[in-house]
Amino acid sequence: MHRFANPARFLRAAQLVLPWSAGLTVALLAAGLYLGLLGSPADYQQGETVRIMYVHVPSAWMGLFVYSNMAIASAVALIWKHPLADVVAKASAPVGAGFTFVCLVTGALWGKPMWGTWWAWDARLTSMLILLFLYLGHMALVNAFDDPTRGAKAGAVLALAGFVNVPIIKYSVDWWNTLHQPASVTRVGMPAVDPAMLTPLLLMGLAFTTFFVTLLILRVRSELAATKIRAIRMVQVHGG
Amino acid sequence: MRRFVEIVRRDLRLALRQGSDSVMVVTFFVLTVVLFPFGIGPEVNILERVSAGILWVVALLASMLSLDRLFQADYEDGSLELLALTPTPLGVVVAAKVVAHWLTTGLPLIVAAPVLAVLLHMNADGFGVLLIAMALGTPTLSLIGSIGAALVLGARRGGVLLSLLVLPLYVPVLIFGVGAVDAAVQGFESQAQLLVMGAILLAALPLAPWASAAALRQALE
Repeated sequence: MHRFANPARFLRAAQLVLPWSAGLTVALLAAGLYLGLLGSPADYQQGETVRIMYVHVPSAWMGLFVYSNMAIASAVALIWKHPLADVVAKASAPVGAGFTFVCLVTGALWGKPMWGTWWAWDARLTSMLILLFLYLGHMALVNAFDDPTRGAKAGAVLALAGFVNVPIIKYSVDWWNTLHQPASVTRVGMPAVDPAMLTPLLLMGLAFTTFFVTLLILRVRSELAATKIRAIRMVQVHGG
Repeated sequence: MRRFVEIVRRDLRLALRQGSDSVMVVTFFVLTVVLFPFGIGPEVNILERVSAGILWVVALLASMLSLDRLFQADYEDGSLELLALTPTPLGVVVAAKVVAHWLTTGLPLIVAAPVLAVLLHMNADGFGVLLIAMALGTPTLSLIGSIGAALVLGARRGGVLLSLLVLPLYVPVLIFGVGAVDAAVQGFESQAQLLVMGAILLAALPLAPWASAAALRQALE
């Protein structure tokens, strides 16, 4: 890990990884979408709308995965002061917020035909919404300072504080939901997903992960380039 | 420990001499709660049903609004830097400032809450639990809020930003605070909710000052 703390070395490695992750994303997405939209059976209860699941569930996974990723990067940034870890955390937040947002939107689109409502104060929906707010807060904080390094440091502390809180929020929302709404809207359970549905779901999950890796590399690269440009401008202003 | 008490006394003295702080928080609390009957309507049973929720949400907001007083003034006049230079660990300084903040803003809220509960026709069974829940919840709010207050030092639009950072983290306190009072009003045991609130407070007690100290150190770099 410490080897890749050097931005130049990271950029060389990223150069190698990028075509693979991009290609893999395209291949996995194509296979997952084909199997999900055409190759898998419609649900006997939900009909064709079950296909929303192939986008909804992976984006929910990614929303949580990216937040953990961000928290780990933040911990690394605080403990070892890797300059790259700050960049990774900063670059992850908007992508994670995007996944969480997609999860909420597809959930609403799925909820309308299934539950007859766009939004229910279901425990899972509510905790995803709070997760979105945590992302937005992180993004706003990182960009709120004139000095970008100060923003990154503050963001790292916030990401870790949020990470400790996520399980507590999740647990308390679960409690709250059972207290206020005894099973008026219960999600259709998925105790045993048929392999015909599980395969596209997992493929889509993998596709979303490689998509995240691709985006992350692109964003980290552009972030590093922006830092360079800022440094050059500084030199021009002060030394010119 | 002596320095801890010193800092608490200093902050309390400052708050008392500058006045207004506690008064403003309580005024905000009372005024906002009084607005709700205008918005919802004066029906007794509706107000009774939502009273616990209103009191808690407004207490959350009132506690949050006073957070920028926690470090901002000391940050601007440089005394925060001097406090950080003392041999006292920064976490202890933060804890002392949080205690002072709670005494000047949390405690008045607890005193005002039962009066407002009467105005909102809350069932008298809930009063005791409301007081206990507030006593357990408001210190947690100050503790969690101190992290946010430390993070936004020197930020642009710090006030708005603070609400975005802190309010999602307040959700558990709100849920269990309202849950405890609702349970008591409806005649159930509310011990479980109160115990969870106590647990959250005990977890926040060591962790929040530590995190705030980390955030402060970056603000002072």
